Amino acid sequence: MGGTAAGPVPDASHDFALWEKRVDALMVLCSGLGLFTVDGLRRVLEDMGPDAFASRSYYDRWIAAISQNLIEAGTFTTAELAERMAEVEARGQTYADAAAR
Amino acid sequence: MPHDHHDHDHDGLSPSGHPYRPDQDTGLSYWQTMEIAVRELLIDKGVLTAARIAAQIEAMDARSPANGAAVVARYWTDPGFAAALLADGTTTVKEMGFDLGPMHLIALPNTDTLHNIIVCTLCSCYPRNLLGLPPDWYKSRAYRARTVREPRRVLAEFGVTLPEHVQVRVHDSTADMRYIVLPQRPAGTDGWDAARLATLVTRDSMIGTGLPKTAA
Repeated sequence: MGGTAAGPVPDASHDFALWEKRVDALMVLCSGLGLFTVDGLRRVLEDMGPDAFASRSYYDRWIAAISQNLIEAGTFTTAELAERMAEVEARGQTYADAAAR
Repeated sequence: MPHDHHDHDHDGLSPSGHPYRPDQDTGLSYWQTMEIAVRELLIDKGVLTAARIAAQIEAMDARSPANGAAVVARYWTDPGFAAALLADGTTTVKEMGFDLGPMHLIALPNTDTLHNIIVCTLCSCYPRNLLGLPPDWYKSRAYRARTVREPRRVLAEFGVTLPEHVQVRVHDSTADMRYIVLPQRPAGTDGWDAARLATLVTRDSMIGTGLPKTAA
């Protein structure tokens, strides 16, 4: 990444969506609780390979890395996550609907 | 169309090779679903509470470049503070109320012959407690890749053209080490107090991609 060739620096900006702020908050709080470290986050991000940096957004990558670290920490299992994600998805088509339980 | 599913290849890439903005209101994405699920599991298992997550978001929203501007303005007006800030940035800003937690802060003073600029080539490390969340471009691949390779050209894109005799020094942030640029005090501000000076200090001037506003 550092030192490679790239195009112009994009000047577009966006307001952070609620879900993105929540991902950020989960990282700060979970690392503050000692469930994993920022190095753990980085390790999963690096393992994704360069394509993930092109095809996924910043907080897409972060929630994947947080989730992986929490599974490794034993906070929840892969099965529990899959089950809960299916439940969430069944609630509705929009973030607001899916987040309401 | 922003990507709204997780198994795409490069169709989520913009023509310039950058990721699109994530979905906000155009349908539930796979990663949003994961965020909801992870958050609910953490709450259900008693690790976190919804109130604690909300409070964290509120605290994050409250941080803005005004914090950093207050530090810079005091650096310009209070010689004792300036010396302390340069000697030990972490402790000095903490005493001003900006606790960086376990991270360290190094303040980088610009001079007539030196211009500092910060980047995080790895990801997005940024002095959040002083500047709030990083702007999108700071996290972009282009900024992270090119700032260490051709900083003057990147600066030019931001409208900052420096004379050849001014050295450009690039600082690569890490998870533990954060930087803030201390821009030079604008001319024509003699006698201004810190509060008035702070209005000239822009976010980008503390990243190094900009200069402070001039005295009007």
